[in-house]
Amino acid sequence: MNKQSSVYTLLYIIVLVVVVGAALAFTSISLKERQQANADADKMRQILASVNISASNDDIIDMYEKYIVGTFVIDDLGARVAYAPEAFDINVASESKDAPEARLLPVYECRVDDGSIKYILPMYGAGLWGPIWGYVSVDADGSTIYGAYFAHQGETPGLGAEIEKQAFSGRFIGKHLLKDGAFYPVEVVKRGLAPRGSNDYVDGVSGGTITSKGVSAMIDNCLSPYSAFLKELASSNGQNNLENVE
Amino acid sequence: MSNKSVFFNPFSKNNPVIVQILGICSVLAVTAKLEPALVMGLSVITVLAFSNVIISLIRNTIPTNIRIIVQLVVVAGLVVIVSQLLEAYAYDVSKQLSVFIGLIITNCILMGRLEAFAMANRPWPSFLDGVGNGIGYAIILVIVGFFRELLGSGTLLGFQVVPECAYEAGYVNNGLMILPPMALIVVACIIWVHRSYNKDLQE
Repeated sequence: MNKQSSVYTLLYIIVLVVVVGAALAFTSISLKERQQANADADKMRQILASVNISASNDDIIDMYEKYIVGTFVIDDLGARVAYAPEAFDINVASESKDAPEARLLPVYECRVDDGSIKYILPMYGAGLWGPIWGYVSVDADGSTIYGAYFAHQGETPGLGAEIEKQAFSGRFIGKHLLKDGAFYPVEVVKRGLAPRGSNDYVDGVSGGTITSKGVSAMIDNCLSPYSAFLKELASSNGQNNLENVE
Repeated sequence: MSNKSVFFNPFSKNNPVIVQILGICSVLAVTAKLEPALVMGLSVITVLAFSNVIISLIRNTIPTNIRIIVQLVVVAGLVVIVSQLLEAYAYDVSKQLSVFIGLIITNCILMGRLEAFAMANRPWPSFLDGVGNGIGYAIILVIVGFFRELLGSGTLLGFQVVPECAYEAGYVNNGLMILPPMALIVVACIIWVHRSYNKDLQE
């Protein structure tokens, strides 16, 4: 058969594409379950990282079940949504693009080693090259940040990628989200500067200005809808303290 | 050309990066830290070896006028499979590599070796050629990554190497090393040293 003829060329490319396509489909289908399990385990690891618990991928499911004592979904008024999907399965990426009042807001309730309850809130936003996301854990007073975790898909190593380091996320510990009963998102600003408002702030990553701004915008966009929930926590906090004394 | 020289030539005398000046783009992208440089090197070795073998096996059936497309489809397919396998069995590594793994498709070394070697040679020499060129590429990546991470961040593979007292004495990490231009300058320095040892490469 003439290998340079159009018919041969056409048949060749069709066969090639079908074979490669089948190989890709087969790989994708046969690995899907494993990949999903990996992704879930990784998500659990990230959630626990925000309460400063580091777990390896092997014992992650046990650790997750030990520390996360409850999950629920709320709306922007702080009320629990009755017929919501499991908090873990909510796609924060797509929720974060909706209007605040239309969002489903997952909350993870975590009991840390000293017995106190922390609330973990997920975030999703955009960095310089791609998506960034993270989790912030808040004390039962609804204001003090207990820990934070950030991750990114493809920020520049050594620059924007530094947001995933403990050195950066650790700066958020002890910052406050509520002041005099009003919600102020923690801002990320250039080192040596301070934000215009009275928000708490942390230093950004040097050389990673756009990524730092992305983190700041993500905190604002994703935590603001939780403000009603946080305020409610703050006002019921006195009660909690009494219960603890009892 | 003997199998031995097919394998060892790309290490130095015919190195894809510093002699043929191919694959420079990914040298810029992945060498700010040593670890991604290492993993990228390994992935390129794998993809290059397998695509060389596959193309070599089907080389006599490929119609000449669409050979580049065929090579591209094979490489792209392999890269996706490698990335899926990493995601399933080495999730942490795949997360680190993220976008870089896709960059392998655009690596000029792959197309260069497929077109120049695998299209005209039997599978075994093609395999050696793929592994050899992959190693030649990985060596340069690791050297560049080593200097950029050491001078730019003071660490190696994430471990602090420059002692704390050096910082107290006024030593400062060179932020320029992290930026892409320094990768080119480091590559240029490697080429300079390499050529001054190999006089026959000088033009």
